Amino acid sequence: MAAANEFRRKKVIDALIADIREKKKALPSPCRIMEVCGTHTMTIHRYGLQSMLAAAGIEMVSGPGCPVCITPGEVHEAAIRLVTERENVILATFGDMTRVPTRLGSLQSTAPARGSEVRIVYSPDDSLDLARRHGDKEVVFFGVGFETTIPSIALTARSASKEKLSNYSILSGLWLIPPPLRAVLESGEVRLSGFLYPGHVSAIIGQEPYEFIAREFGYPGVIAGFEPGDILLGIRSILDQIRGKKPIVANEYRRVVRPEGNPIAREIMEEILEPKDACWRGLGLIPRSGLRLKAGFAAYDAERKHDLGIEARESDLPGCRCGAVLRGVISPPQCPLFGKKCTPETPHGPCMVSFEGACLVHHKFRGPGS
Amino acid sequence: MCLGIPSKVIEINEVHRTGRIDYLGTKVRTNFALLDDIRIGDWVIVHAGFAISRLNEEDARETLDLLREIAEKS
Ligand code: SF4
Repeated sequence: MAAANEFRRKKVIDALIADIREKKKALPSPCRIMEVCGTHTMTIHRYGLQSMLAAAGIEMVSGPGCPVCITPGEVHEAAIRLVTERENVILATFGDMTRVPTRLGSLQSTAPARGSEVRIVYSPDDSLDLARRHGDKEVVFFGVGFETTIPSIALTARSASKEKLSNYSILSGLWLIPPPLRAVLESGEVRLSGFLYPGHVSAIIGQEPYEFIAREFGYPGVIAGFEPGDILLGIRSILDQIRGKKPIVANEYRRVVRPEGNPIAREIMEEILEPKDACWRGLGLIPRSGLRLKAGFAAYDAERKHDLGIEARESDLPGCRCGAVLRGVISPPQCPLFGKKCTPETPHGPCMVSFEGACLVHHKFRGPGS
Repeated sequence: MCLGIPSKVIEINEVHRTGRIDYLGTKVRTNFALLDDIRIGDWVIVHAGFAISRLNEEDARETLDLLREIAEKS
């Protein structure tokens, strides 16, 4: 399967773009497609697809698909408070999370309390190891993610419970992808022609959870992989759907995504987690858009265990327009701080921190003045 | 975290449902609890240390054939 090169071969990309250009010509109206996932945003810019598509009459709009970015400021601040105000806490989290700027600074820039520290982990499993090894410390795993990451975090809670680890809990931001898409559509704030659905979220949830977008709202969509060839095949499918006036949820990533998703992963999620209304940066409160540990696992819920009292409020720092970027209302260069006060070295919002963040991706591949 | 490049399973511990994958030449510890019946030599998608999906080689070949066909036609 090292044949991945085929998905990036210039001849393949050129042929697909030419085909897309032809298909687009047959359609009268402008075409704007939201790529929901931050990893899609990265491929689109890394391989220069954005400008090739623009020349073919197709505009790509980034959506709310970066978990680090949509986690609101108050949750990041709760993590900072934990490690700066309490002694002997090990706060374990993914690398990007330590650099997110908040009103309290970032996890990386603030000084931990006595005996406390921030540790970067690669997998939720690593945070469990920390708890096993450091019985004298309270280990809090600050884990955020979409359906791709949620099953692994749920499994971690289950292992902690089985082992009766008393020094472990999870401060979570577990976000579901379909509800914010409904929110984006219901707000009517952005004009769209179709959706590129995230490949690996879909590997877990399958096709069904997107069906409402075709059925209720009449938008075409396609589940796509992360190679340039995958994305262009996806766009081609959207154009065919527009032309045939038959919006569906197509799957151009069948090698990884089964129609039913991953049933084992979904079962684990259902066993351990329950839906909750959740606040998103930029999108505000969305009903049943997040998950939390069920009552039986409450001992592992850091918010309840450590009485964190997280209260929703405006997430963006003054001047930062991450919220609008995440809704697809503006593109990063339209933020007045982009490339000036806000750069990858001096990020002013999470969208310039996360490697899936639209602002960082624009800055990295198209330059500060793009 | 979410890289989309498939990795090959090279080591499995049946009891713990863990093992190792080869990700672009690097051996990485991986948890297989989210997949059934995983075997050495399988290609999987790994996300944050957990294998979340097994690659279906037949579907992969079909997509590759389609790409080649489009490239040849142009
Ligand atoms: S460029 Fe910086 S300040 Fe502007 S929206 Fe992006 S992250 Fe926020």
